[in-house]
Amino acid sequence: MVGEKKKKYESGSATAYMSRNQAIKKLQLNLADFRRLCILKGIYPHEPRHKKRVGKGSTAPKTYYFAKDINYISHEPIINKFREFKHFVRRLKKAINKRNTDAANRIRANKPKYKLDHIVKERYPSFIDALRDVDDCLSMCFLFATFPKTAHTSYDFILLSKRLTVEFMHYVIASKSLRKVFISIKGIYYQAEIMGQTISWVVPHKLGYDHPTEVDYKIMQTFTEFYTTLLGFLELEDKEGTTKMNAEFREQHEERLAALSQSLQTLHAGSEEEEIEMDDFPSENTDDPDQIEQVKVEAEKLKKLQNLFKGLKFYLSREVPRETLVFLIRSFGGEVSWCHTVSVGSTYKEDDETITHQIVDRTVMPNQYLSRYYIQPQWVFDCINSRQLLPVEDYFIGAVLPPHLSPFVQEEEGDYVPPERRSQLAGQSATDSGVEVVSDEEDSEDEDEEDKDEEEEKESEEEESDESEVEEQTTNKGKKRKFDTSGSGKKEKPTKGLNTRSMSVKAGELEVDNVDQRLQRQTKEEKRLAEMMIPKKKKRLYDKMMYSKKKKTQEAKVLEEKRKSIELSKKSERKRKRKSTS
Amino acid sequence: MDLFHDKSASESDGDTTDSEESVYSGLEEEPDTSDDEEVKNDDKSDSENGDNSESDDDESDKENVIDNDTEDKDVNEEDTNTVNVAAKNKYNDKNNTRTTSQTVEDEYYHDSSDEEDIRNTVGNIPMEWYRDYPHIGYDVEGRKLIKPKKGDELDEFLQRMDNPDYWRTVTNKMTGQNVLLTKEDVSLIEGLMLQRTPGGAKETYEPWIDFFTHETMIHPVTNRPADKRSFIPSKWEKLKVGQMVHAIKMGWMKRSTEKKEKEDDEPKYHMLWKDDEENEATRRYRANIPAPKATLPGHVESYNPPPEYLFTKEEEEQWLSQEPEERRMNFIPKKYDSLRLVPAYSSFVKERFERCLDLYLCPRQQQTRMNINPEDLIPKLPKPKDLQPFPTQQAIIYKGHTDIVRCISADPTGQWLASGCDDETVKFWEVLTGRCMKTLKVSGTPRCIAWNPNPAICLCLVAVDQSLLVLNPGLGDKILISNTDSMIQNKETSEPAGKSPPLSWTVCEDDQYDEGYRFILSHPKEITHVSWHGKGDYFASVMPKGDSKAVLIHQLSKQRSQNPFSKPKGLVQCVYFHPIRPFLFVATQRYIRVYNLLKQELTKKLMTSCRWVSSMSIHSGGDNLVIGSYDCKLTWFDLDLSTKPYQTLRHHKKAIRQVSFHKRYPLFASASDDGTVIVCHGMVYNDLLQNPLIVPVKVLHGHKITKDLGVIDCEFHPTQPWVFSSGADGTIRLFT
Repeated sequence: MVGEKKKKYESGSATAYMSRNQAIKKLQLNLADFRRLCILKGIYPHEPRHKKRVGKGSTAPKTYYFAKDINYISHEPIINKFREFKHFVRRLKKAINKRNTDAANRIRANKPKYKLDHIVKERYPSFIDALRDVDDCLSMCFLFATFPKTAHTSYDFILLSKRLTVEFMHYVIASKSLRKVFISIKGIYYQAEIMGQTISWVVPHKLGYDHPTEVDYKIMQTFTEFYTTLLGFLELEDKEGTTKMNAEFREQHEERLAALSQSLQTLHAGSEEEEIEMDDFPSENTDDPDQIEQVKVEAEKLKKLQNLFKGLKFYLSREVPRETLVFLIRSFGGEVSWCHTVSVGSTYKEDDETITHQIVDRTVMPNQYLSRYYIQPQWVFDCINSRQLLPVEDYFIGAVLPPHLSPFVQEEEGDYVPPERRSQLAGQSATDSGVEVVSDEEDSEDEDEEDKDEEEEKESEEEESDESEVEEQTTNKGKKRKFDTSGSGKKEKPTKGLNTRSMSVKAGELEVDNVDQRLQRQTKEEKRLAEMMIPKKKKRLYDKMMYSKKKKTQEAKVLEEKRKSIELSKKSERKRKRKSTS
Repeated sequence: MDLFHDKSASESDGDTTDSEESVYSGLEEEPDTSDDEEVKNDDKSDSENGDNSESDDDESDKENVIDNDTEDKDVNEEDTNTVNVAAKNKYNDKNNTRTTSQTVEDEYYHDSSDEEDIRNTVGNIPMEWYRDYPHIGYDVEGRKLIKPKKGDELDEFLQRMDNPDYWRTVTNKMTGQNVLLTKEDVSLIEGLMLQRTPGGAKETYEPWIDFFTHETMIHPVTNRPADKRSFIPSKWEKLKVGQMVHAIKMGWMKRSTEKKEKEDDEPKYHMLWKDDEENEATRRYRANIPAPKATLPGHVESYNPPPEYLFTKEEEEQWLSQEPEERRMNFIPKKYDSLRLVPAYSSFVKERFERCLDLYLCPRQQQTRMNINPEDLIPKLPKPKDLQPFPTQQAIIYKGHTDIVRCISADPTGQWLASGCDDETVKFWEVLTGRCMKTLKVSGTPRCIAWNPNPAICLCLVAVDQSLLVLNPGLGDKILISNTDSMIQNKETSEPAGKSPPLSWTVCEDDQYDEGYRFILSHPKEITHVSWHGKGDYFASVMPKGDSKAVLIHQLSKQRSQNPFSKPKGLVQCVYFHPIRPFLFVATQRYIRVYNLLKQELTKKLMTSCRWVSSMSIHSGGDNLVIGSYDCKLTWFDLDLSTKPYQTLRHHKKAIRQVSFHKRYPLFASASDDGTVIVCHGMVYNDLLQNPLIVPVKVLHGHKITKDLGVIDCEFHPTQPWVFSSGADGTIRLFT
């Protein structure tokens, strides 16, 4: 018995993949509908391992989908809806062209609709799965919420995403899950931690929106269609047990909700605000006391962060981005209000004496209250990122703000770390080690004074810096010399002999350097020699890695040098000024 | 007065627009007349004419002109009929035209209220357009209508002073002629101004005569019997209703109340993940590759970054000149002094869109991210420190040559060094002092020098162009020198039978003998390489272009030469004898062939995998050899292992010129055009199971690169772990 002869490209990867055109043909859809389906169902192309095998001999650039994927979506009920919609459009056109308004109305009323609930469930079988993938969803919804009413996008989606984002922000405030914020030139980045998942999203700056033309809004809308569904379900799940809003209530309080100044519960029921239960950390399975201790410390830190602005009362001037700041301050337990003419929802007036901070973003503030600080909005952001209340002096009206650093950067070895960040890190480690951060007002004032004193000291130090530098150098030399004597006793004698003639300290020092250098050189050479013996296969990889490493260090170096030169020029300018004044 | 002017202007405007109204009039002709008829019942019969004047009769027009009074009454009647606006307008038009007719009789001849004013055919255009022309428009025949002469300001003034009717004289914009308003016109205008009914009608609200009364009469209006269809239900309606019922049943049609409910429902959310215990069946059938999360911003993207992150001018220019794909960042970092100055990012939507595209268009592939420490890739080898001794630093430089030093060779005792240079000299040096002991001028470039490895014989081979010189340098032990000479002279004169030798030995005499020349073997082609057999009796010379005589083997004791190969196998590069066994290694461009000299056969062919072999060196054990090639490769062959390289080293950046093994220490060196000599530790174990250990131990720098050539030759000292190297810079260096 001779088995059937195996033919090429009839099994294996050639049949496991399907090109896009094949897929379209199989599904009997047009390209636009296929794309929509892919977006809704989350189907994406795959890069085959062996392109030639999959392409049946050709290596032309094609997009390949898994054949299983395509078979899977071919059973999707939404495909039928797409077809129905196509027929609907055809019928409607016909009716309109025949001027048969009755028919047109009737057809319009029976417009086919579809739901995406089952797709959400299918794509995200569990709640955590959905949370993991919610980043893009949030960014998109926040973007859509800022869109004006134009012909590009359906107004329903804009409204819906507005509503959903506001509700989401309410949830974040209530659950106190916001962790980091960052103002970039692109927008404001937020990072929250919901049920152990880190979620970050970006909200565009709201000034001066302009519609780009090179964007296909249909695709964006399809994404939003899915995302709004997802977000709606997520929020419902989040809010489980707290409140369930009905449509009526929503309509009544649309504006008040958007103001974010009150929690949902109070708005909804008008009843007392419930105290959020403190997270109880039940004894972990681990028996390691250190670990438990660590967890406890972490929890305490988190609690501190969540109540960062507790007890503080903020007042927003009309020029600051209200929505953002209200969201931030309320997320960290502060109270906030604004001028009632700006927007609804303000809770107290500007002349309230209990206000501790007023956030302003203008150069001059004519009538100031003595009982509060007037600070620029960056203070709020920096406080949150550094997890403590920073001194307010740097953020006063008209002050030159310290640089705003990204909280998302994880410093690795060899990266460039700007000095501000370094000091920040040092401060954090200090606080971690047990130094109490004083948050009371009086204490902070005291601190302020101290800070000022320190600053003065610094200035005086700078004046003396030139001399002190020299001194430092000499002391360093002394140390080195000591090291020399301890390290190599033999070489000391001839240098001593030289010393009698002329105080040639340098000769001795040079030799010390030589020892170090020689050792270094030797190790370097050894390394270089060992590098020669890397086999060819690994050599490529090694070279690549070393190249990237080198590039990184180079970049860091460039930045460092830039910084140095900038600081030097600043210093010299300051000196010049001082001279000119004196 | 001004007011009147305005009025008249507006009226004349009305004149021009009456074409619009004519449409209405046409449509509403019937009811118009009927209404009028009803009114007429009360009034005079004369009025009929006036009313019918709407139907373009010349006669009636004329009547109008004559009968002002009747007109007036007409007006009254029509005004009472306030419902019909169109009619009223018409009346106004008529009124106007009538007044004009008073001044210019002829004009009215063309007029008809339904059509547009045809005295001037320009239509409803701003008349200012004709301001600068002598004419004001065109009549029906296309002739220019010349503007009537208008007096200057003085005339105007005189007119005003003199003419008692001046105040009611207005100008028709269309014709440019003056029109005198009648008393009725004036009163009409005054009435309009006071918002009274135009024409001053006395009864605005006439009693309504109800013809079809709401009261039920006992007598029918008509006596016609009712149709049958009024008794039986409509068949067609029944069909229609049936259709609708069917449609409702099928859900195609919705009642209005239902519809409202439907529209009300917004996206309804329910608890989707109520039972998080998901059964595996609905899970996706394969692992989903989640899309990588978008990268989070660094310090650069801040609205207020540290100053070093901002672009300098050059950086910005570079950024701008790059293609968008090349850029490392898709934005220029910017610094704003305060938050209120931060504008919206112009390509925010675009970036979001691109992310969307990535999500659904970008092919995904699972890649295992290698988390390798680069240090782990470096093989673990013994440290060079532990592998001493090996040459580490430059000790002596032998200066004296003025050109490229092609070849060097150390004598077996390690006391003397011979070198051949492109300046056509051969020099002999004392190794330890660096002194040049002897210089020989030769006729041509010495290509290769080889000192006899037998310490009992003091002879040196020098290949100069086509001749191979056998020299006795006359250095060192006098007894040794004389012994050598005597040995040469006492040659065994056993004549070979049959075959004639491939070349003859020329014995040198007199001057040449004194200089040290002993024999000259003149070859037919250029010699590139010579090498001795380990015992010092046989030596081989290589002529790459010598075809069948490419390799010749000479015997010193018998002063005889022979040709071992009848056919060339490629371009021969070099030839070496096996140090112990009767084997000959022949290196051609790509392969190394190992011949058994006793059996006269090929025993092995080594695949070098190089493009062009430059040099070869054989380990003193004879089982390992190293090959250097012009494509920067150094290959180690273990003959016991295989015919393929055991290891290939690519540590030179340029062509390798020479490789050489140390005779005693486990060292080998390679000289290259990149100006370095790399010394490697190459340990060969007696144990057959253990592979040779190769460790590079030192890179020796020193030679300068001249004419793209670096180090040409290198050789180890026969007893010490020292290495000599000769370079294109005309020096020989000793590294110890």
